[in-house]
Amino acid sequence: MISSWPLLSVITFLPLTGVLFLLLIRGNTESVAANARLVALWVSGFTFLLSLSLYFGFDAEMSGYQFEERADWISGSGISYHLGVDGISMPFILLSTFLTPLSILASWKSITHRVRDYMIAFLVLEVMMVGMFASLDMLMFYLFFEGVLIPMFIIIGVWGGAERVYAAFKFFLYTLLGSVLMLVCMLVMYHLAGTTDIPALAEFTFSPELQFWLFLGFFASFAVKVPMWPVHTWLPDAHVQAPTAGSMILAGVLLKMGGYGFIRFSLPMFPDASEYFAPFIFVLSIVAVIYTSLVALAQSDMKKLIAYSSVAHMGFVTIGIFTLTEQGIAGAMFQMISHGLVSAALFFCVGVVYDRLHTREISAYGGVVDAMPRYAAFFMFMMLASVGLPGTSGFVGEMLVLVGAWEASHWVAIFAATGLILGACYMLWLYRRVVFGRAEKPEVLEMAGLDRREVMIFVPLTILVLWFGVYPSTLLDVMAYSVSDILAQLAPELSVQTVMR
Amino acid sequence: MEFSQLTFSAALPEFILIALALVMVLVAAFARQTQTEEHGTIKLVRTLSLLGYFAAFLAVFSVPDGRIVLFNDLFAVNDLVIYMKGLILVGAFFASWLVSEQWGEGIDRAEFHLLVLMAVIGMLLMVSANDLISLYMALELQSLPLYVVAAMRTSSLKSSEAGLKYFLLGALSSGLLLYGASLVYGFSGSTNFDAIASSLSGGASVGMVVGMVFLISGLAFKISAAPFHMWTPDVYEGAPTPVTALFAIVPKVAGMTLLMNVTYSAFGNITDQWAQILIALSVASMIVGATGAIMQQNIKRMLAYSSIAHMGYALAGLAAGTSEGASAVVIYMTTYVFMGAAAFGVIMTMRREGTPVEKISDLSGLSATHPLLAAAMMIVMFSMAGIPPLAGFFGKWYVFLAAVNAGLIPLAVIGVLTSVIGAFYYLRIIRLMYFQDSDAPLDEGLSHQNRMVLVVSIGFLLLFFFGIGALSQQATSIVSVYF
Repeated sequence: MISSWPLLSVITFLPLTGVLFLLLIRGNTESVAANARLVALWVSGFTFLLSLSLYFGFDAEMSGYQFEERADWISGSGISYHLGVDGISMPFILLSTFLTPLSILASWKSITHRVRDYMIAFLVLEVMMVGMFASLDMLMFYLFFEGVLIPMFIIIGVWGGAERVYAAFKFFLYTLLGSVLMLVCMLVMYHLAGTTDIPALAEFTFSPELQFWLFLGFFASFAVKVPMWPVHTWLPDAHVQAPTAGSMILAGVLLKMGGYGFIRFSLPMFPDASEYFAPFIFVLSIVAVIYTSLVALAQSDMKKLIAYSSVAHMGFVTIGIFTLTEQGIAGAMFQMISHGLVSAALFFCVGVVYDRLHTREISAYGGVVDAMPRYAAFFMFMMLASVGLPGTSGFVGEMLVLVGAWEASHWVAIFAATGLILGACYMLWLYRRVVFGRAEKPEVLEMAGLDRREVMIFVPLTILVLWFGVYPSTLLDVMAYSVSDILAQLAPELSVQTVMR
Repeated sequence: MEFSQLTFSAALPEFILIALALVMVLVAAFARQTQTEEHGTIKLVRTLSLLGYFAAFLAVFSVPDGRIVLFNDLFAVNDLVIYMKGLILVGAFFASWLVSEQWGEGIDRAEFHLLVLMAVIGMLLMVSANDLISLYMALELQSLPLYVVAAMRTSSLKSSEAGLKYFLLGALSSGLLLYGASLVYGFSGSTNFDAIASSLSGGASVGMVVGMVFLISGLAFKISAAPFHMWTPDVYEGAPTPVTALFAIVPKVAGMTLLMNVTYSAFGNITDQWAQILIALSVASMIVGATGAIMQQNIKRMLAYSSIAHMGYALAGLAAGTSEGASAVVIYMTTYVFMGAAAFGVIMTMRREGTPVEKISDLSGLSATHPLLAAAMMIVMFSMAGIPPLAGFFGKWYVFLAAVNAGLIPLAVIGVLTSVIGAFYYLRIIRLMYFQDSDAPLDEGLSHQNRMVLVVSIGFLLLFFFGIGALSQQATSIVSVYF
């Protein structure tokens, strides 16, 4: 179903109208702040509603790209303005547009200075995220992929914690270093194929020797973004220092850019190299799953613990992608969406108590359930979803990845499964130390319960996590055809396999 | 020599500026009697020079298409030359527009604008040079006024040092260039670019190559490519800020175009010989520019290193020796002019209690006191670092694309890696402006000149991706003069 008006462009660039409004706001600091919050919330909320039409207008029974738009950009050069979505990118666009208003709502009270600038940064960030997932041109993809760094750098650096400058620099330079290597590979690909059109490049066959190098270049960029062990060290710093909403978007969407990149570029464009490097990636991912889980066990800072758990969960994603099986890739996709929701919620859980006690130290809490029973319930649910309890979205993703991994190699599945156990250890232990136990500290007992705004953030996240856990077909159906398309490009003989439902 | 209609229209921009220069000499000499009148004179001269650049810019469009060779083959115009002249005039307009009548720093003299005008005439002639003799003449016409303006702040030791250093090293480079030119003349039998090119159709003799190396070294001095960059940081720092702005924006365009003319047209038949030199210059400049800027405390010094790095990137395109490389250089220099203008548009508003300040740390907390200025500087810095979707990224994209297409993948890899190092010091400025509080805020107020330059150049950097298609087509078509 090809829409007659440029729906994707509108969704991508709509937040910019919000930026314009924000720039026009006049008045004293307080009224600017109040209005800026409202403008940002309305614009991002409306963008989300509009993006829902992508979901409802999407034809899941069709392979290939939908809502395609193509316009002349740099004519005669094979570079064009090309947008479109398939079952892989569409869920990510929705995830981005869904999490943005929630993040803005999450920073309603915790951001008090330079609110207007903050909201501008968030709306620009949304443009970059959505644009990146919607791009079907490699140069455009790169513009958005790198463009994300600008607002995120500012968000961490201006509204972050005490060590924010270090964290922002580390985040920026680490990611940039990976990306520029990808840029050189893109130039080589453009040189050979004469186009930067992603669908055309996916059809193009690069020689196996070249694939080896191109894969490594793209790997440098995506591995840093995911992040994979051992290039994950920027993540705990960035997460700990970023404001709550920054962490929510960082964990919720930005980490997925790496996984998305692997699925969109590495698998279809460098199939031989993907197969060649799969064992290498399994090793790195297993190290990530086990090592970072152990590291998470040792953390005394709640945010850092969840940051390390993100690395571990993203390890599952990379395992799933490189099993090169239907279940593995679908599971990785599912895991990414699920982790996007769950980790955003978990970071918000930290933010909620941080707003009250202004510390992230686990030992400063204990017995929170007495003061905040509803919070304890939401936290418990999200914690269990993170552990992968059946009935939550976390279970489906991990299960599918393990099934795929078992097909690829028994050992991978076994090691990955131990990661699940460790995951349960650190999450349950975190929960016990923070929420249960006797509330001995008077300041903990005095913490106010969840207010309406906070509940409004938890409820949609909870509903979605539960819904995807109980009825995963909502997502799996959407991506089924696209996943098998990718596998068909990878190994033509596999395309006859039926789609797992 | 016949002075025809064609001659007139092809060299019209130069004629306009030369005539204006003569008028301005008289104005500056006679119109000054008292202190107050002096002010009026400066204002008049400044306005005249701005009008001159504008008129010359319009005249650039009246230059007929196609290749025209004038004055016994000393002077050539073609589409590329026309474009570059337009760019130089835009840059000169920005640089002069930014200088208010009461800037201080010893440049409140009518002669300042006159000298700058002379230098701009030299740059226009450089771009059109089609002969080693006209090349040298134009180069000196450009350099001599610049030596003087660099030293114009007579009360400052640093300015005098800058002028002297610039002069001595410039003289050295002129010597190198002349020596190279004489060798080239000796081995080819002509000073004309076309004749040199045809004498090289069967390959180059050793003497010819040596001459070419000297020639390129001399030109590398002018564009401050490493390892001939030593003068740049000191001159940038010591010269009065408006002069630095001029240095940063305009002469590099002329120098790069001249280098391109020499390599692509005079030595176009021996690409392999000079490509190696340019690769070496490019790598050295990228590395020196990226690492040298890290520790700088003075923003002008930092931008000096940054410009060295930029020249390295542009040279990477030039080193490709292909039409893609040449058009990449055109695109790169275009973005470079606007980035330079925007950067100095901000720097020249940096005053505290009326006196200009130029420490990087003076920018601390700028975002709180001057939000728009800080936002402008942030955009310039991200653009210089090559972060998309800003203009600076596209310059790098085309340059490295040309390098990759010419098989110079290691050069492209070094380039992107140094751009990451470079990003560090650009981010440092953003950090100061946004992540830190100010101890002593800068003066309020943005003059209308700065505002105009900032609006135009920041708009250019932000919206560049709309125009890149048209610009890249234009660049591809104008560099076809070489191929």
